[in-house]
Amino acid sequence: MTALVLLEFDAAGIKQPSRSAVAAATKLGDVHVLVAGAGVADAAAAAAKLAGVTKVLTAEAAGLDHLMAEQTAALLVALAPAYSHMLAATTAVGKNIMPRVAAVLDVQPISDIAEVIDADTFVRPIYAGNGLATVKSSDSKKVITVRAASFDPVAAVGGSASIEAAPVPVLPGSSRFISAELSKSERPELTAARVVISGGRGMQNGDNFRLLEPIADKLGAAVGASRAAVDAGFVPNDYQVGQTGKIVAPDLYVAVGISGAIQHLAGMKDSKVIVAINKDEEAPIFQVADYGLVADLFIALPELAAELERT
Amino acid sequence: MKVLVPVKRVVDYNVKVRVKADGTGIETAGVKMSMNPFDEIAIEEAVRLKEKGVATEVVAVSLGVAQCAETIRTALAMGADRGILVETDAELQPLAVAKLLKAIADKEQPKLMILGKQAIDDDMSATGPMLAALLGWPQGTFASKITIEGDDITVTREVDGGLETVALSLPAIVTTDLRLNEPRYASLPNIMKARKKPIDTMKPADLGVDPAPRLTVVKVSEPPKRKAGQKVGSVAELVAKLRTEAKVI
Repeated sequence: MTALVLLEFDAAGIKQPSRSAVAAATKLGDVHVLVAGAGVADAAAAAAKLAGVTKVLTAEAAGLDHLMAEQTAALLVALAPAYSHMLAATTAVGKNIMPRVAAVLDVQPISDIAEVIDADTFVRPIYAGNGLATVKSSDSKKVITVRAASFDPVAAVGGSASIEAAPVPVLPGSSRFISAELSKSERPELTAARVVISGGRGMQNGDNFRLLEPIADKLGAAVGASRAAVDAGFVPNDYQVGQTGKIVAPDLYVAVGISGAIQHLAGMKDSKVIVAINKDEEAPIFQVADYGLVADLFIALPELAAELERT
Repeated sequence: MKVLVPVKRVVDYNVKVRVKADGTGIETAGVKMSMNPFDEIAIEEAVRLKEKGVATEVVAVSLGVAQCAETIRTALAMGADRGILVETDAELQPLAVAKLLKAIADKEQPKLMILGKQAIDDDMSATGPMLAALLGWPQGTFASKITIEGDDITVTREVDGGLETVALSLPAIVTTDLRLNEPRYASLPNIMKARKKPIDTMKPADLGVDPAPRLTVVKVSEPPKRKAGQKVGSVAELVAKLRTEAKVI
């Protein structure tokens, strides 16, 4: 059995969620990976070094530049006959492309797996993680997205895979990329950060999110938010941690002014250590926090920044 | 132009769901059911397109048990013109749903279909792109803004690092993200009016689709419970414990 993993990459290399998808694929058989876009030579070289990967396929075409669903799915469908499993991380890219691939192959996709039991059987969270469903697929080919937080990413070095150009089929022209407005940040990405500090409705407005910055700087943390804070317009949607946002599992998660709705817990409850700062001691977030501080965040945050600064 | 909006009946998002003791699934008996929240956003967007004169008709479609008619009524009360119910007691997985919706689209010939990006029960996040693939249409998933001009639709998408804008030729599929709009509450007069709006009912077999599931649920278990930890008295104590006890900073 051979699995093919669609990789996402940027100038810094192969993205961490994709390396987690490779980790899941190594439990299924031989692992090939695909890097697609224009000018993918650097990404292919980085992919060839991933631990556990035996072959890197490259596909270069203008239509593949931004991993648009229509074009990338057409490419994956063309490559499908050689593979028993096709995987990608459960990211905006993976969720956009993989179901499209599955439908063309007449396969029911298996979304957001958290565990591989065997080649046909997987565990995936349902109902915002309030249930863990073990599902067995009767399809001969499996199309899968992988919950990155549930698999330790493979090492970025150590492998020595061969690199081969894949034939690119005729790509559909019914969609085109216009522009991307990506949040500029010096901080680590939410899904890859070792520490995450998130604000909720208790932050009261977007300006107050600045109070999190000195702490994030000191801890090398990514900044996130609850859905309530996004709904209230305090911060953009790409900050959102939760069932309908990003799923994170850092070593340390600091929830500030977040009550702890089920939808939020779904996105962070697998964090190693959880700290909650909230003035309402009845807030449900304290039921999952390892360390709870009942305090007014507007007093506690500057204190925390100062305390971290001190040593 | 005609807009088709599939709506799913799911356990209300405020319900604290429980795994059945025998591990066969989630307890749904006696539990409040509602329209999937992302589908409400989809209906709202379609109704706004009609109010702007871009859409001429909004059709709400639901697949599942007879009570899905109530979900369609909610959509009609929000402003959809008519409903289609594909009635079945069988479990429907996204591939079957996409096939049924394709069959309906083939009959109804909409220019645009707007779906929720994800249902909050199975959290599959798959039906929109699958339907787009079966129809051979382009897709704009996780939309936070759409603009229709002539035969093109521009979709601003919520992606992991921010926003991405794509242009698609119609007919197309759009899936909704949170910030696309804030759905309205149906007014009492509109709820009354909705009772008179027509709902067509059919069966999967009428559409020539075999909805048999491809995934068998072996079991559903409770996730490991996290225990509440300790309360700390001060910021200084918190930092000290993170350093010496948890050793995470």
